[in-house]
Amino acid sequence: MTRGLRRMLHLSKLYSFSCFHQHGEDKHAQIGRRGYTRIVYCNDPDNPEAVQLKYKGNYVSTTKYTAANFVPKSLFEQFRRIANIYFLVVACVSFSPLAPFTALSVVGPLVLVIGGTMAKEALEDCRRRQQDVEANNRKVEVYSRTGTFHETQWKNLRVGNVVKVYRDEYFPADLLLLSSSYDDEDGICYVDTKNLDGETNLKLKQSLDVTSSFRDETCLREFTAKIRCEDPNDKLSSFVGNLHYNGKDYPLSPQQILLRDSKLKHTDYIYGVVIFTGHETKVMQNATHPRSKRSKVEKRMDKIIYILFSALILISFVGSFVFGIETRRDLVDKKNRRWYLRPDDTTVFYDPTRASLSAFFHFLTGLMLYGYLIPISLYVSIEIVKVLQTVFINRDLRMYYEATDEPAQARTSNLNEELGQVHTIFSDKTGTLTCNSMDFVRCSIAGIAYGRGETEVERALVARRDRPSEAHEISNEVIDGHGNAVHSGKPIGHSVVKGFNFRDERIMNGRWVEEPHPDLIQKFFQVLAICHTVIPDVDRETGDIYYEAESQDEAAFVIAARKVGLEFFERKPTSISLHELDYERDKNIVVRKYELLHVLEFSSSRKRMSVIVKSEGDLLLLCKGADSVMFDRLSKDGRLFEDETRDHIDKYSQVGLRVMVIAYRELGQEEYEKWEEEFLKARVSFSADRDALLDAAADKIERELILLGATAVEDKLQEGVPQCLEKLAQAQIRVWMLTGDKLETAVNIGYACRLLRQGMKEIVITLDSPDIKQLEKQGDEEALAKACLESISKQIREGKSQLTSAEEGAMECGLIIDGKSLNFALNKHLEDKLLDLAINCASVICCRSSPKQKALVTRLVKQKLGKTTLSVGDGANDVSMLQEADIGVGISGVEGMQAVMASDFAIPQFRFLERLLLVHGHWCYRRIAMMICYFFYKNIAFGFTLFWFEAYASFSGQPAYNDWDMSFYNVFFTSLPVIALGVFDQDVSACFCLEYPLLYQEGAQNKLFSWCRILGWMANGVGSSIIIFFCTTNVMVEQAFRRDGRVADFEVLGVTMYTCVVWAVNCQMAISINYFTWIQHFFIWSSVAFWYIFMLIYGYISPTISTTAYMVFLEAATPSLLYWLSTLLVVVSTLLPYFSYRAFQTWLQPMPHDRIQSIQQECSEIETSKDKPKRPKEHTKHCES
Amino acid sequence: MGERGETSSMGGGSDGAMDSFTSAKKISKRPKYSRFTQQELPACKPILTPGWVITTFILVGVVFIPIGLASLFASQRVVEIVDRYDEDCIPSRFKDKVLGYIQDEKTNKTCMRSLIVPKLMKSPIYVYYQLSNFYQNHRRYVKSRSDKQLRSNESMWKTTNCEPEALGEDGKPIVPCGLIAWSLFNDTYKFSVNNNPLDVNKRNIAWDSDREHKFGSDVYPRNFQSGGLIGGAKLNSSIPLNEQEDLIVWMRTAALPTFRKLYGRIEVDLEANKKITVTIKNNYNTYDFGGEKHLVLSTASWIGGKNDFLGVAYLAVGGICLFLAIAFILVYVLKPRPLGDPNYLSWNRNQAGRWN
Repeated sequence: MTRGLRRMLHLSKLYSFSCFHQHGEDKHAQIGRRGYTRIVYCNDPDNPEAVQLKYKGNYVSTTKYTAANFVPKSLFEQFRRIANIYFLVVACVSFSPLAPFTALSVVGPLVLVIGGTMAKEALEDCRRRQQDVEANNRKVEVYSRTGTFHETQWKNLRVGNVVKVYRDEYFPADLLLLSSSYDDEDGICYVDTKNLDGETNLKLKQSLDVTSSFRDETCLREFTAKIRCEDPNDKLSSFVGNLHYNGKDYPLSPQQILLRDSKLKHTDYIYGVVIFTGHETKVMQNATHPRSKRSKVEKRMDKIIYILFSALILISFVGSFVFGIETRRDLVDKKNRRWYLRPDDTTVFYDPTRASLSAFFHFLTGLMLYGYLIPISLYVSIEIVKVLQTVFINRDLRMYYEATDEPAQARTSNLNEELGQVHTIFSDKTGTLTCNSMDFVRCSIAGIAYGRGETEVERALVARRDRPSEAHEISNEVIDGHGNAVHSGKPIGHSVVKGFNFRDERIMNGRWVEEPHPDLIQKFFQVLAICHTVIPDVDRETGDIYYEAESQDEAAFVIAARKVGLEFFERKPTSISLHELDYERDKNIVVRKYELLHVLEFSSSRKRMSVIVKSEGDLLLLCKGADSVMFDRLSKDGRLFEDETRDHIDKYSQVGLRVMVIAYRELGQEEYEKWEEEFLKARVSFSADRDALLDAAADKIERELILLGATAVEDKLQEGVPQCLEKLAQAQIRVWMLTGDKLETAVNIGYACRLLRQGMKEIVITLDSPDIKQLEKQGDEEALAKACLESISKQIREGKSQLTSAEEGAMECGLIIDGKSLNFALNKHLEDKLLDLAINCASVICCRSSPKQKALVTRLVKQKLGKTTLSVGDGANDVSMLQEADIGVGISGVEGMQAVMASDFAIPQFRFLERLLLVHGHWCYRRIAMMICYFFYKNIAFGFTLFWFEAYASFSGQPAYNDWDMSFYNVFFTSLPVIALGVFDQDVSACFCLEYPLLYQEGAQNKLFSWCRILGWMANGVGSSIIIFFCTTNVMVEQAFRRDGRVADFEVLGVTMYTCVVWAVNCQMAISINYFTWIQHFFIWSSVAFWYIFMLIYGYISPTISTTAYMVFLEAATPSLLYWLSTLLVVVSTLLPYFSYRAFQTWLQPMPHDRIQSIQQECSEIETSKDKPKRPKEHTKHCES
Repeated sequence: MGERGETSSMGGGSDGAMDSFTSAKKISKRPKYSRFTQQELPACKPILTPGWVITTFILVGVVFIPIGLASLFASQRVVEIVDRYDEDCIPSRFKDKVLGYIQDEKTNKTCMRSLIVPKLMKSPIYVYYQLSNFYQNHRRYVKSRSDKQLRSNESMWKTTNCEPEALGEDGKPIVPCGLIAWSLFNDTYKFSVNNNPLDVNKRNIAWDSDREHKFGSDVYPRNFQSGGLIGGAKLNSSIPLNEQEDLIVWMRTAALPTFRKLYGRIEVDLEANKKITVTIKNNYNTYDFGGEKHLVLSTASWIGGKNDFLGVAYLAVGGICLFLAIAFILVYVLKPRPLGDPNYLSWNRNQAGRWN
């Protein structure tokens, strides 16, 4: 009985017995067959047969590469990118005579780029390796043949070893639980599986009876057994196998298996046999590489690359075409035209008789020569920039949450800019918008409502009614210096005791004894204190009691009971003990023990839970449950306070509280015994409908209840959620709430967090109508489905018309749809209509939706709208949604790691989403967009000068510049300023980003990376190249370019043009960025300076190395005034188009950031001139320190 | 690059484990404050206010126009005589068979031209020859040289890129090898004023760096122009390459198909209206590819030779800037708008639900 009860208490919840019995039996029959072939020789890893099996050790490696395969594998990864292949081909061809420049100058940068990326990979892998080493070298005690435990490292464990794991230690491998030190000899232990499945509640594991007596080392000496079980697999919650011990087979279930990376709790130590090691453990089998997501900007960038590839091919083709014609004309009738080229005696590359072949080879040369259009360094620069951007996100103090000691965390750097383009947010409710911590706030006992204090929801309701005056007050919550929302009024989330936010002097401090029905009040709290599955955990030093609860509201109940004087302090398998206030006699604290006879536990179909206890001779059934099931079970006499209670319940649920009805009944001894017999019969039956039998048995006793009252628990909103959502709404980001809660709760939370606002029209789509219910009862599924479909499509149509009328009246709409309707609405015919309706509503709430539906809704919006979607959630049930959305944001810190592991960004609090999107997202988007545009600009400006020069060199493929000058263009002379742009640029400061959320639309509508803008920049690049080429040639070439009458030759022209290019692109950068710290200044001007320094040094070294650059700058260019004057002329004229465009555009058609910049400017001017009071600026409250 | 691998979805498992192992130290994950990581570095945030725009435009105009005027003035002061002689120097009887004339070694290629000095030309007067349609920047041509061979005698055999002018008929290398040297310009000019010959100084017309570092003093022409096909000028094989300045000048290839190269300097002043008689040996074949030949006499000022482009360009850009400044002032007057108009940005609740 003892053990049975306890097992019942938890186990049936973890692993459905019925399920286990049905399928488990079949599976056990499979042992030894395919997929179930593993044999473990317990406590005997050195057995020759065991050795023969060659199971791998417990060494774990999560690295991507090994020392041996690093080079080939990472190289392969590198060359999966099309651009890199292009560069590789170019590098290979550059060794042939086709190459317009020396091979080294092509190979050098490629090696640098590839090497750099490989170094980064190596570094990342090293870090993983360190983690591995750390894990592999952890210590564990392993049993050796000598009869004692000795310490060894995790990696040395082998299959079959017996290990001893202590309290709060991680299990080193997948173990079979032999025995535990917990309490009696029943071999149970508690396990924390947070790292595996994200569930915070402890799980109970229990060893087989035959092994549970191995309590010390001597017992183990004689222990040998053989386990036959399934092969390694990734199913965390299943295990099939049996233990062959002393000639008998004992079936094993997941119940005996302790998984690696889970933690032993509340148990001093356990013994276990290693079954799976290293990579064969279930947790490692589960390790998957998440699907890599790419941002929209990057996808568009690929398209630009294709455009540039086409441009490259086009101009190469034009070049080789002209070249072919010219070459053919060189030798006509055996007569040389351009005799100085010796066309009569030439190689195939210039052969007039084979002009088309020459033209083809020249085409290849052209591909290399104009390769500057496709910047080799672009990918690297973007990579660097993104990594640095994530550093900023990770280090942002304003996204650090003190309470959980969690900073924000960008888990991937691929999606930074995507954060600035979010169109729709899908948010989970529990744990994301709300804290998932329940506060006991109200109760109704014997028809009297207790509990004061306002809930967040109530405040919002008040605000709804009395807008705007009071609403304004609420929205006045200001952001303090560190960006944390400080609430006006009473601080929420800082109630003295967690889970308890109940204020009522009538009840508190033992005053309840003076109330009209003290006996009922006592009963009420007795139910709360006894009817639950909470485990108390007594701190041995302080004597404080902590409660370990599976659901937060149960903990809230127990705490509430303790607060009024019924302290639950001990749970034994057969009894529960309370410290109770004895109100009838001397008001002293007494210890009362309740004998726990049965627990009829909670299930989603039963919606209630009861316990049967025996105390001082009385048999009591204590029951709590949902109002929908409880009122039907009351006895005639028990309905004394029904009306009042119902009234209260309505009020509670209106303000978004979770309601539980509390009732009890006294059982007669005879009645109980009769029932128990029946119940036990049901419990031992192993037929398929065992659960149904149990439910039916329970149903029989949970009747004739006497109503005590109802509790109301607040699902607290997370800090700053309403403010954050309002900001997001202002940024015109649509927020959809997807929750499993019921409609009323969801709507209330919707109002509380201002997803729904006063004056919004609610469009509700639900199947909760009488006709449908009627059909449901009839059970004709086909008719039901048809009726549902019709009803939904009708409701969507109506919603649409409501929407149009609302729009005419300048009203916003909120769409509320429940899970059942969603099932029908998500079919092919209706989803377009639904989407059409939904996207025109300001907010959408989907209630009663399953994890799969959440993902489906996300996919629907993502695919049909093609806009960026972001999902935010905290629990394992949000994982599919997080992976489906373009960006998955996990809330870290509370509900385990599952969501965070699946997410791209992790933030500790929902409200940080505001900063993540409006500030970091906006900045990152802007930076990357500008960076890419600029990158193409600078490469086009450079690449096209080469093309123009070709046009004057009969397209022979001669580059205009020195080889090394060209190779360094992207590496030294222009790369750092771009990186600085990508990392540091800000259009407006963070507080103005938050102040004017509308700014975010620049990203959401992709204004900064529109084709118009991209092509504009490209055109600017072409324009710059034309100006550079034609100005310099006209200024320098032909006549003398210096006082001493010397003329500019090929080298001098090259240097002059190059100088102009370097100046022009760097100055273009300087006029297009908005934010100059010393870093930008340093990078821009030092890039220019470096060009001069480079020319000096490069020109000074021996002509064997510097070839055509030898002394050109120092001897020829510097003394020429024309050289300097042409630089000035060219730079100013290349900047002129962009500058005047910007000047007129900011004035005539300013973009949001232009306007905000000028506001910012005004503000800072006001601040410096210290006449703030003269112009009180309401709109800058974020930014006033 | 590639995909950024988050090692495994279970990485957190070991993270968590590590936490407990290091929990003794209790390191807070709180990011450290620095203005850098919080992106609050002091910065200057320039924006395009009308004041700035107008000032910039005017400033550019004010700086550029004087520069333009000064260069234009300097360019105007330069006196330049350009004489195209390629057509006129073909005797009329050869007009139909120009190629035959120029390729025949026996024909008399002497040609007399007279030039009038338009204005006083102060010394030094630079003498250039100007070729057009001559692609000295052709890749085959540019590459067809051996810098190593030019630099030192030991590298005589390094003639990799010089084909087909690498080896002479005796199988020994040609020095200087390659097409550039082979096609050396070989027209010559002799000047006289009133039958008094004018000296043309041909020293010091090449870059010092070329003479000193790129062309060796121990390298003598060898096997040059000895093949069946003769390209251009022959070289005196007793003079080392670093003193053959015509060659050095020629070997600095020109950037564009029309180019001038320095021929020499006349170091006396020439009075206005003086008549200069030039005796040209019209040897060089530009007729095959339709190139023109010009003889240019020019003085130089601080901007070099005569070149109006620079001045005109400066004036144009300066003018445009002034024009833009005026245009902007007009726009500013006609359409005044307080830049930071907060009304535009304040969020209108009713608009929020709409699509833009």
